[in-house]
Amino acid sequence: MSFYRLGDDIADTTAPDVPIEQRWDKRRFDAKLVNPANRRRHTVIVVGTGLAGGAAGATLAEQGYHVIQFCYQDSPRRAHSIAAQGGINAAKNYRNDGDSVYRLFYDTVKGGDFRSRESNVYRLAQTSTQIIDQCVAQGVPFAREYGGLLDTRSFGGVQVARTFYARGQTGQQLLIGAYQALSRQIDAGGVEMHARTEMLDLIVIDGRARGIVARDLITGEISTYLADAVVLATGGYGNVFYLSTNAKNSNASAIWRAHRRGAYFANPCYTQIHPTCIPRSGDHQSKLTLMSESLRNDGRIWVPKNPGDTRSPDQIPEADRDYYLERIYPGFGNLVPRDIASRAAKNQCDLGRGVGPGGLGVYLDFADAIKRMGEAAVREKYGNLFEMYDRITGEDPYKVPMRIYPAIHYTMGGLWVDYDLQSTIPGCFVVGEANFSDHGANRLGASALMQGLADGYFVLPPMLGNYIASTKLDKVDASHPEVTATVAEATGRLDRLLSIDGERTVDSFHRELGEILWNECGMARTEDGLRKALGRLPELREEFWRSVKVPGSGASLNQSLERANRVSDFLELGELLCVDALHREESCGGHFRVESQTPDGEARRDDDRFAYAAAWEFGGTGGTPVLHREPLEFNYVHLAQRNYA
Amino acid sequence: MKLTLRIWRQAGPAEPGSMVAYEVPDANPDMSFLELLDVLNERLTLEGGDPVTFDHDCREGICGSCGVVINGQAHGPRALTTTCQLHVRSFSDGDVIDIEPWRSVAFGVLKDLMVDRSGLDRIIQAGGYISAPTGSAPEAHSTPVPKPIADSAFDNATCIGCGACVAACPNGSAMLFTSAKVAHLNSLPQGAPERASRVLNLVEAMDAEGFGGCTNTGECTNACPKGIPMDSIATLNREYLRASLGRK
Ligand SMILES: Cc1cc2nc3c(=O)[nH]c(=O)nc-3n(C[C@H](O)[C@H](O)[C@H](O)COP(=O)(O)OP(=O)(O)OC[C@H]3O[C@@H](n4cnc5c(N)ncnc54)[C@H](O)[C@@H]3O)c2cc1C
Ligand code: SF4
Ligand code: FES
Repeated sequence: MSFYRLGDDIADTTAPDVPIEQRWDKRRFDAKLVNPANRRRHTVIVVGTGLAGGAAGATLAEQGYHVIQFCYQDSPRRAHSIAAQGGINAAKNYRNDGDSVYRLFYDTVKGGDFRSRESNVYRLAQTSTQIIDQCVAQGVPFAREYGGLLDTRSFGGVQVARTFYARGQTGQQLLIGAYQALSRQIDAGGVEMHARTEMLDLIVIDGRARGIVARDLITGEISTYLADAVVLATGGYGNVFYLSTNAKNSNASAIWRAHRRGAYFANPCYTQIHPTCIPRSGDHQSKLTLMSESLRNDGRIWVPKNPGDTRSPDQIPEADRDYYLERIYPGFGNLVPRDIASRAAKNQCDLGRGVGPGGLGVYLDFADAIKRMGEAAVREKYGNLFEMYDRITGEDPYKVPMRIYPAIHYTMGGLWVDYDLQSTIPGCFVVGEANFSDHGANRLGASALMQGLADGYFVLPPMLGNYIASTKLDKVDASHPEVTATVAEATGRLDRLLSIDGERTVDSFHRELGEILWNECGMARTEDGLRKALGRLPELREEFWRSVKVPGSGASLNQSLERANRVSDFLELGELLCVDALHREESCGGHFRVESQTPDGEARRDDDRFAYAAAWEFGGTGGTPVLHREPLEFNYVHLAQRNYA
Repeated sequence: MKLTLRIWRQAGPAEPGSMVAYEVPDANPDMSFLELLDVLNERLTLEGGDPVTFDHDCREGICGSCGVVINGQAHGPRALTTTCQLHVRSFSDGDVIDIEPWRSVAFGVLKDLMVDRSGLDRIIQAGGYISAPTGSAPEAHSTPVPKPIADSAFDNATCIGCGACVAACPNGSAMLFTSAKVAHLNSLPQGAPERASRVLNLVEAMDAEGFGGCTNTGECTNACPKGIPMDSIATLNREYLRASLGRK
């Protein structure tokens, strides 16, 4: 039985056919403009207030559009962008170390393992420099040197220091900047902000996105909001795995409902696993916490040589330890890229050499660093991370080695968009982690913040203007049959969830879903495993709709209902994730197919068969999704295999 | 570990509330405090009860969503630690733990442990920003900022807007929160043009929201998970005085 159908190829037709460095200028020049005096009459919905949505909402309102904006948290300042630690890339070349727009472009295409679109990536690199200027003007307190100029560091295996940072809280500082810009527009009346309000569905009329159905999470009231265009900035879908470094309430519902209404979903199987997270401590675990990658600069990763060695780490002599990254990858050692470090940890644990609860952990040891640099220097460099580790685990990493394990961290896949960031539903734009646009099969460190802000501040606004200026939209109101039908469907779904009154909690389903995906569609994926998952997932979905227990009512604050609604979407998305992973019979970036590896166990791409983005069309719940391929061309960065040995 | 949780239950903003006791016989020291509530909620759900409502999201101490009063202390017993980063190992077997929402005139209870903190957003909307429309920014290096100033701006900018300072203050004042924003933006050269209007507008908004006055009790800074110091309040007062004199 075939698990998917092949449809027509898809192409981005919006990037102009001129040399790559001229494309963005040309596109903006060709874009139609909306007369400033008329913008007020155009309403734009922005769902999400993270870096992408916050930046977009503030900018569109500054330009004069009427913006209606949403987030599920109680304040726009709490979007999960707040949690980003490491930094943000920009091709400023302040260090004079050979960086350039072209190099950032090159590194990103290569880092994405040749599965991204060159035009988009080039534009991202071009825009990066403006982002830093914008954020500094807003008062973002980036780290500075004694001369008062901005400090940068190198990050994630690149050879130039292009990462700007604000201690270990870069995401927080950038988001506060965007939040403040948004607050200014809320005060000025340009943005109508609805916090604690969750989008339930997208309203599509005559093939165009015209609004959303949303639920007030405090009163339970369901309302419709209509507009000329809808922007989705709702973040990534990593929580489909249950345990991830995402916030507890991060979800895929907005993009999944848009997908059900016709937006293609691209590359769902490209998920990023971060090697240095704090391992789970028991069944109660509700989320995982990232420890910055920078720890690998000085910490040494090891496991006991002998499986089942239960001695405490200080009792294990050097001769009985295996510093496996240093052994297998002498060139890069502990600094190999994220996917390689993650897979290597899993392999060690599979061999029974893992440490900590359930044998799912490896040591990250600072004893040598403390000997070499002194404890004070280690404290100066990593003090806040060590404290965080201590707070969570109750162990002191100055004395005992840290235990780390990989966890789901980021999703490169997302709704398919063209160069204008428009999805396959006209009028529905997608920005930030929610789209698939720039990172291919693997995202480089410090590049998600860059993309979110590039999309929101600089790329979306002119392209949205172009859409509004070049589209004739009829007036619609809440009595339109498409609107009432969408409301009825969204309400019906919630009513159904409440009426089942079964015997299993929402979380128990979410955990089981996560476990299946982590085991069969996590760090290493096999045809057998994926087929097994695709056998079990539809059963789990049916079981959910038969026996989930959601207490309370829909007419008031009900966090169980919110979760149930999100998990019902994750269950469907999980199937597509596995379908995508099964169809892509190659390894690339974050997608490792065990069948496609080199003799020494490295990922092997198959450019002849798979140099395309996979854009999936919804095939109905439990139905057969349709694959539309967007062939990828590499005219500037030449296809080459990664090698870190 | 066996713990007894006495939790504030309140069905809605206008409903009466009361403390209700629940036993958790199987608490694990490695659980976070919110995971302890998760475990209780799973059980309440299966027993046909009403799970406890509480705010939370990142669960790593940065988003500012979480926050409850634990045994009378905002965010509980551990210094510089949000509720979500507190772990059960900070308690002992057999402990009885009181869990209540932030209580303050300006924060109404929405349900159980969840309160309405939107007043803090409105304070920021009144002027807690630098007006820098997108695209208008000069080259970042055109204005160097001395490192000590940048560092102090950063320290104040780490406020997560959780509202623990307000909950801990006997007067329900939002002074620490507001002063952190003033100290962040007013110290930077980029923030200078709006320096006077910013502090006046923020203080005015704070008063309009019904937050109480500051009498320098210092409870705020003790409860603050990000260590925002009392110095920031002194900075606000100085800025306020300077702006008021300038306005006359
Ligand atoms: C722990 C961690 C560390 C990271 N560190 C880095 C780093 O150092 N550098 C880097 O470049 N990247 C980093 N990343 C990645 C980066 O932070 C994210 O990719 C990026 O911030 C996502 O921004 P966003 O605006 O797309 O979405 P988010 O910030 O996730 O915002 C999503 C918004 O959508 C809203 N929303 C979602 N669903 C709905 C709905 N149905 N209805 C209404 N509103 C909804 C939410 O309320 C929220 O406002 C990190 C990620 C994590 C998890
Ligand atoms: S000042 Fe401290 S306690 Fe008050 S809101 Fe900010 S972080 Fe929370
Ligand atoms: S849940 Fe984000 S700070 Fe506690």
